[in-house]
Amino acid sequence: MTAPHDVVTVLMEDLATGLSLTVEHGVAIVSYDQPGSPVNTLNSRVGPVFEQIFARIASDASIVAAVIVSAKSDSWIAGADIDELRGITRAEDATVLSQGGQRLLDRLAALPKPVVAAIHGAALGGGLEVALACHYRVASMHAKTVLALPEVQLGLIPGSGGTQRLPQTVGLQTALDMILTGKNIRAKKALQIGLVHELVHPAILRRVAVQRAGELARGTASIRERTRPAAERLLEDNALGRRMVFKQARATVRKKTRGQYPAPLAAIAVIERGYADGAAAGQQAESEQFGELAVSPVSRQLVSIFFATTALKKDRGVPEGVEATVRGVHKIGVLGAGFMGAGIASVAVQSGTLVRFKDASVERTTAGWRSVRDVLRERLTRKQITRLQMDDMLSLIGATTDYSGFANADIVIEAVFEDLAVKQQVLREVEAIAPRAIFASNTSTIPIGDIASASTRPEQVVGMHFFSPVHKMPLLEVIVTPRTSADTTATVVQYGKQIGKTVIVVQDGPGFYVNRILAPYLNESGILLDDGASIELVDEALVAFGFPVGPIMLLDEVGLDIAGKSGPIMAAAFGTRMQPSHTLRRVVESGRLGRKARHGFYRYNDEGRRTGADDGIYALTPAGTSRRSFTRETIQQRTVLPMLNEAVRCLEEGVIRSARDGDIGAIFGIGFPPFLGGPFRYLDTLGADMVLQQLDALNAQFPGRFEAAALLRQHASQQRRFHP
Amino acid sequence: MPTFGNGRRVAIVAGVRTPFARSGTALKNISAIDLGRAAVAELVQRSSLVGASVDLLVLGTVVQSVIAPNIAREVALLPHFPKTLQAYTVGRACASANQAITDVADQIALGHARVGIAGGAESLSQVPILHSRGMTDVLVAASKAKSLSQRASTLARVRLKDFVPITPAIAEPSTGETMGQSADTMAKLNGITREAQDRFALRSHQRAAAGTDDGRLTAEIVPVPVPPAYQESMTTDNGIRRESTYEQLAALKPVFDRRYGTVTAGNASPLTDGGAAVLLMAEDYAKVMGYTPLAYIRSYAYAAVDPAEQLLQAPVLAVPIALARAGLTLRDIDLVEMHEAFAAQVLSNLHGLASSTWAVRAGLSAPVGEVDPERLNVMGGSLSIGHPFGATGARVVTTLCNELARRGQQFGMLTVCAAGGLGHAMIVERT
Repeated sequence: MTAPHDVVTVLMEDLATGLSLTVEHGVAIVSYDQPGSPVNTLNSRVGPVFEQIFARIASDASIVAAVIVSAKSDSWIAGADIDELRGITRAEDATVLSQGGQRLLDRLAALPKPVVAAIHGAALGGGLEVALACHYRVASMHAKTVLALPEVQLGLIPGSGGTQRLPQTVGLQTALDMILTGKNIRAKKALQIGLVHELVHPAILRRVAVQRAGELARGTASIRERTRPAAERLLEDNALGRRMVFKQARATVRKKTRGQYPAPLAAIAVIERGYADGAAAGQQAESEQFGELAVSPVSRQLVSIFFATTALKKDRGVPEGVEATVRGVHKIGVLGAGFMGAGIASVAVQSGTLVRFKDASVERTTAGWRSVRDVLRERLTRKQITRLQMDDMLSLIGATTDYSGFANADIVIEAVFEDLAVKQQVLREVEAIAPRAIFASNTSTIPIGDIASASTRPEQVVGMHFFSPVHKMPLLEVIVTPRTSADTTATVVQYGKQIGKTVIVVQDGPGFYVNRILAPYLNESGILLDDGASIELVDEALVAFGFPVGPIMLLDEVGLDIAGKSGPIMAAAFGTRMQPSHTLRRVVESGRLGRKARHGFYRYNDEGRRTGADDGIYALTPAGTSRRSFTRETIQQRTVLPMLNEAVRCLEEGVIRSARDGDIGAIFGIGFPPFLGGPFRYLDTLGADMVLQQLDALNAQFPGRFEAAALLRQHASQQRRFHP
Repeated sequence: MPTFGNGRRVAIVAGVRTPFARSGTALKNISAIDLGRAAVAELVQRSSLVGASVDLLVLGTVVQSVIAPNIAREVALLPHFPKTLQAYTVGRACASANQAITDVADQIALGHARVGIAGGAESLSQVPILHSRGMTDVLVAASKAKSLSQRASTLARVRLKDFVPITPAIAEPSTGETMGQSADTMAKLNGITREAQDRFALRSHQRAAAGTDDGRLTAEIVPVPVPPAYQESMTTDNGIRRESTYEQLAALKPVFDRRYGTVTAGNASPLTDGGAAVLLMAEDYAKVMGYTPLAYIRSYAYAAVDPAEQLLQAPVLAVPIALARAGLTLRDIDLVEMHEAFAAQVLSNLHGLASSTWAVRAGLSAPVGEVDPERLNVMGGSLSIGHPFGATGARVVTTLCNELARRGQQFGMLTVCAAGGLGHAMIVERT
């Protein structure tokens, strides 16, 4: 970007942090290129170097202005180093860390020379806080350019003045929206809301930033004030209006978090403090809250999930040291254009894969095609994709009623009727027509080994267990049999990641992992109805526990026919502790199908909206129409403990590879409360001995259903944790 | 021995088309580009083709979009292909797709390409309607106006008559004659009766209905979800009138020459929307890649006649050239697929092939010969299936090759007449 005749002087170069300071025509360029990392982060080492750089900019008379750039290809500054944060155990220390960041950025903001942030790529968390402390922000018009304050997603709040500067920059309501959700703001939107002053093509970003910095210094350009809509001024410029905004924000947060996540409320309080008592008071509140949150259990768990998913992104799915060749996947076949098949197709085409989409009739493939289109249209409406992208994605689906076009499929995923013979039949057909294809079953109940027994190349047979709705649920369970090859596993895992899923590899067995730990939980919920609990009571207790929906409502969502089918399979495999409830059996027999047929445990109106529990169910339960009361704790213990216990059995049997996978599977597959960190983190919090005591007590009361896992006894006796 | 060019033999590997829909019906909301995309995307899928192996893509279209005149390039930007796939659009009226096919074939024969896709697409539901000359002048002037007042005064020059738009007509620019009028003229010159035309049209519909029912025609069709609701997919051509009787056809009034004419809506091809594409490969490459081609191109020819005389008679001159290049006679041909613009045109072409007068004009000592009706258009033709101008050539090639393969026969011939007095013939062979 530098013309040959330009005079470039290198003033500082810190190899340890990758920070450098050069001067071009009086404009200082602060460049960040963290060594050995694909992204730039903020850690305790860069702070002092930034200090030095800012001091030099302030004191060096030859410097009139400055620009901050990243030397990474598609990332600006991705935020604070979370690993470093994890090492802090005392709130005071985290507060001190926050204060350091605040001081540094105050220093930046107070520099007497204009500083321009030249943003290309992600400016997240602390990165955006740096940008906010600059006097002018130019961003690249590029899909990779995103700005966000995602701290709440880790149970934190911005800790370097972001809670104070963002509202001043974009207005209170927009700032609340960003800070309370952590959502990504793309370049165009950032310009619209005034988060950046200017958008340019990435090729000229640096040049424009340098030019603008010089102009600002010379006074030939000025910083244009954001035009604030009348409605915003009316609401935000007086204490009364702001009180309304804060009240509304608190109400929304309470409703969403049910008091289980403290960070958003803390953020509101800190922002409010700044408005009431000034930025200094606001920052003080910010650092104090940051300190407390950083060491809070909720944040610890959310951070652990963050690290687990990051680790899974790098996980090949095969053991360390095992060689595996990952085959590129260009075309997949999807058998069955129903809800699951269409869901799988919808995520595949979004990652550019050709999809050969087969079902028995054109009517069915057309319906499946339409479901894919609906998913894409929703993304179009939300401006996440363009019209052209949608058309291109749709064009990748080729519907067929025969096996034409399957010959070069890399993976064929079956989502046909849940019946072993049918699945074995399609497996044989696929193996005859598609010589290279990996055969993946999307079954949720049938062991993959049983399907693979019909195969002539069982090393290429796996399970790909997607969760419904596929385009929204982040988890993919890849199920391997003892005969599945490492190449197959690695290819399927890689493809799962390519289509945006968090992938855990589990060993074959009834229910695999997610459905297996779900089964005793759902069964016990049904048994509570057998015993006279009301539908709402059970669901409310588990929503209060932190699940997104209660177990009975979940049954309605999944479909009672499907639940009714898997129940006996699990009971046959695991005996007493997986025995379905009488209630569920009878409700299934009564022909209710759940939400899809608008007739389940709950009542639904014509639009499919829930209108309340159906009291008519109780006549089908052993307890009849008389209902009795249970405490929340009883309901939670009876349902959640067997889920934890079953998770331990899965670990003990090697169904899951690690406690980490068990946590991620439960959180992303079932909605196990993230603030508890997953079943194994929760077990560690409660203590294995405590859980064992409770299980033993329950097992005494209800023999067989609560028999503790051997591994749990072992951990309890040795005082061991599941996570180190 | 194949005598196509001096280079490599060109294999016709597969062909796919959208259903053909009378314009203004099921496919009216789909642009020619999207019709082309639908056919090409399915061609890639169905033939398990690796998009990156395609060297060029050529499509024909007749009524070009003003906004995207090179529709082949728009289609080549499908995500199935790398963005580096070069593509261009050709125009040879109703033989445009044939031009696309022979262009690709030439490139393969020359060794410039191994794999190519050729075809065409047409939406006669979405034809560009032009502003009148007067309106165009005013709008161009207004766009150049430097001030608001200047623009206003320019726009004020618009007269009421300027609002009458110009719809593109299917008429010869050189003679001003519409194609229907030309067909009527040909009927008169060649003594083709109204009854012969109606009987031929009836036969076309009946055979197309049979070909649809037994799946031979539907095999070449990719179902297209129908906008705007997409509740269903169109799976078959909607111009085939399976219920038509001879009496009904005979009762129709002539359209072009109301007094002495014989061409009616019933014995002319309908305005149609549709897209079609074929996959061509060098023979050796197809073998290496494990493809079993439907057929190979043995020869082809183009010819022309004076458009003022018999506009659609040029196939009569193209056929003997193609046969000579193939080293074959009409007797060797097992199956003939003639594009049916009008029944009068097909019957005139057949008449010409058997006539000594036309033999002399073609420089032959004897006529090409009589075409066996049992070998001709065995699944109907454009009269019944429909005729999206730019796509028809690829449809005819696909229909012919598929049927030749089904019958296990050796030689096939196709002809296409086109506006401007142009004609095309191609000979394909199976082994």
